[in-house]
Amino acid sequence: MPFKRYVEIGRVALVNYGKDYGKLVVIVDVVDQNRALVDAPDMVRGQMNFKRLTLTDITIDIPRVPKKKTLIEAMEKDDVKTKWENSSWGRKLIVQKRRASLNDFDRFKLMLAKIKRAGVVRQELAKLKKENSS
Amino acid sequence: MAAKRKIPVKTRNPDLIRGVGKYSRSKMYHKRGLWAIKAKNGGVFPRHDPQPKAPAAAEKPPKFYPADDVKKPLLNKRKPKPTKLRASITPGTVLILLAGRFMGKRVVFLKQLSSGLLLVTGPFKINGVPLRRVNQSYVIATSTKIDITGVNVDKFDDKYFTKEVLKKNNKGEGQFFEAEKEDKKKLPEDKKEDQKAVDASLIKSIEGVPDLKAYLAARFSLKSGMKPHELVF
Repeated sequence: MPFKRYVEIGRVALVNYGKDYGKLVVIVDVVDQNRALVDAPDMVRGQMNFKRLTLTDITIDIPRVPKKKTLIEAMEKDDVKTKWENSSWGRKLIVQKRRASLNDFDRFKLMLAKIKRAGVVRQELAKLKKENSS
Repeated sequence: MAAKRKIPVKTRNPDLIRGVGKYSRSKMYHKRGLWAIKAKNGGVFPRHDPQPKAPAAAEKPPKFYPADDVKKPLLNKRKPKPTKLRASITPGTVLILLAGRFMGKRVVFLKQLSSGLLLVTGPFKINGVPLRRVNQSYVIATSTKIDITGVNVDKFDDKYFTKEVLKKNNKGEGQFFEAEKEDKKKLPEDKKEDQKAVDASLIKSIEGVPDLKAYLAARFSLKSGMKPHELVF
């Protein structure tokens, strides 16, 4: 019931609306009740409404409004990228992106692979059933 | 007017800005060499008297004047351009046919004919689509490309695909039904040979890629959850 992810300086968030949709950004300052100053290595530091952000579990250790260089160093030190890509949320997003970019031929090959896997699973199941019944 | 040159002469007076030339009148007089022409002609610019015109033949008054003034239609010099081929369609692209007898079939694009239609082939052995013309609008281009270098498509053009004109000869009613049965057209042998020749090298390059043969043999269809505007082809 209590909140687990807080808005704080250093909180990594995912942008869920707007031009920077899908980017991971770091909250570097709070402007007022609704807005935060937000920064990422590949974007110009700017304000964003909290409604456009979804907080993640990752935080980094930075002073308030750090220079771009300090920010990048802190992100490297805390390994934000690998932490994100190993988290289940991050992995889901990567899989969604991959599925969306599949070619028509890729989708066909995927279908064949699924059928093959299902065939193997069914064979094993049949074997186990046979062992169990005998 | 003096005789027109075939290639217009480049001006000797470049523009500094539009309307202002680099050289003054006197400089241009010198540049054009008018002084040399005058010198050759004894200080005067050469003057050609109008040549005597050959006497025109006497025109007879027309025999017929039309009752009403009929307006002539305006001259149309428009030359239709060949259909622009989509950038995604290059020789060897796999296309999905969207309409007609082979709807949903995945075929190989060979070349664009002069009429703008696309020449495609199944290959015939793989999915039953022969050498065929198809309109660009009824086709989805996928990003899958096949190596088409071994194929010679120079002999195919729009004339190859025109229907043969049948001669009408039966008029007796009694023979009518029997004649219709005989009329079933058979595909001429040389067309079959052409198909085989085109498909031979194609099939070799297709078999080089795993699963591609089965892919071309299968038809495309939209399944549940597939959104065409979100699909990447």
